[in-house]
Amino acid sequence: MTEEHAAAPRLRDGVRVALPLAPSPILFGIAFGVLAEATGFGRTAAVVMSATTFSGAGQFASVSVLDAGGTVVAASLAAIFLGARYIAISMTVASIFPGRKLRRLVESQAIVDESWALSGRSGRFEWPLLIGAGGLFYVLWVISTAIGTVLGGVLEDPNALGLDAAFAALFLALAMPYLRNRRGLQAAAIAAAITLVLTPIAPAGVPIIAASAACLLGLRR
Amino acid sequence: MSDAWIVVVLVGVATIAFKAAGPVLVGRRELPPRLQACVELLAPVMLTALVVTQTFASDEEIQVDARIFGVGAAAVAIALRAPIIVAMAIAGVVTALLRLAV
Repeated sequence: MTEEHAAAPRLRDGVRVALPLAPSPILFGIAFGVLAEATGFGRTAAVVMSATTFSGAGQFASVSVLDAGGTVVAASLAAIFLGARYIAISMTVASIFPGRKLRRLVESQAIVDESWALSGRSGRFEWPLLIGAGGLFYVLWVISTAIGTVLGGVLEDPNALGLDAAFAALFLALAMPYLRNRRGLQAAAIAAAITLVLTPIAPAGVPIIAASAACLLGLRR
Repeated sequence: MSDAWIVVVLVGVATIAFKAAGPVLVGRRELPPRLQACVELLAPVMLTALVVTQTFASDEEIQVDARIFGVGAAAVAIALRAPIIVAMAIAGVVTALLRLAV
């Protein structure tokens, strides 16, 4: 369609704009399933986590902290702090959700970084795009996780394969867009310093949680 | 309940609540700007801490080993705009090969 003022988008338009990005939830879903299974997180737990949390960064964070010997509290807080960005993200689309509270609660779960970004690409956020794209990603994410957990069962020592370094590369790639502005870079540098200093002296998982204090840099004007 | 399941429940409930915060509480006040700035910095901060831990931490020690080369190679790939999954594969393969060689 070439006309700018074309008809309002429908759900299937959301699915359509999301299709080019489909390899991402498929590959990461499989990767998450493989890692969860290989590190002893458990098949069913991994699939249920994909179906409820539906946030790649947080899920990978939890599994990696547990795998590194961190406590339940540390593994949960790492993911919860990472997920806190959804408070800010969901505020930006608060007004586009129709219906009663329960419906909005359910539909708001379609919010992930990618569906949110796609839904706002016309300059204002559109509900059908967010739900169509988020719905497609959700289905792919959960199914791919299940496939990954089956594949993961064949790995013996995941860390011998360099999966710990692959985790690090994933988190680095996810962090990169935030590091382009000075404030983000400064906060990241402080977080890195806190983590490095505390790792030899604090229990596993604690340095990551302590590093979250670096976000207080946001209090400065 | 195993550790994994406790994490699944805690993280699941929190993330569902975060995503619903805007749409369910519509019309209520927005986050104060300074708090908003802090929330926005949480993602880069936590991700960086995870990069450092995954690269250098080993049984509560700082250890410089094969991982730094794998992550370094991935960083180059990311800078060259390689897809994330490719960067992950590079990090994993480089690290695994170095571990085999040593």
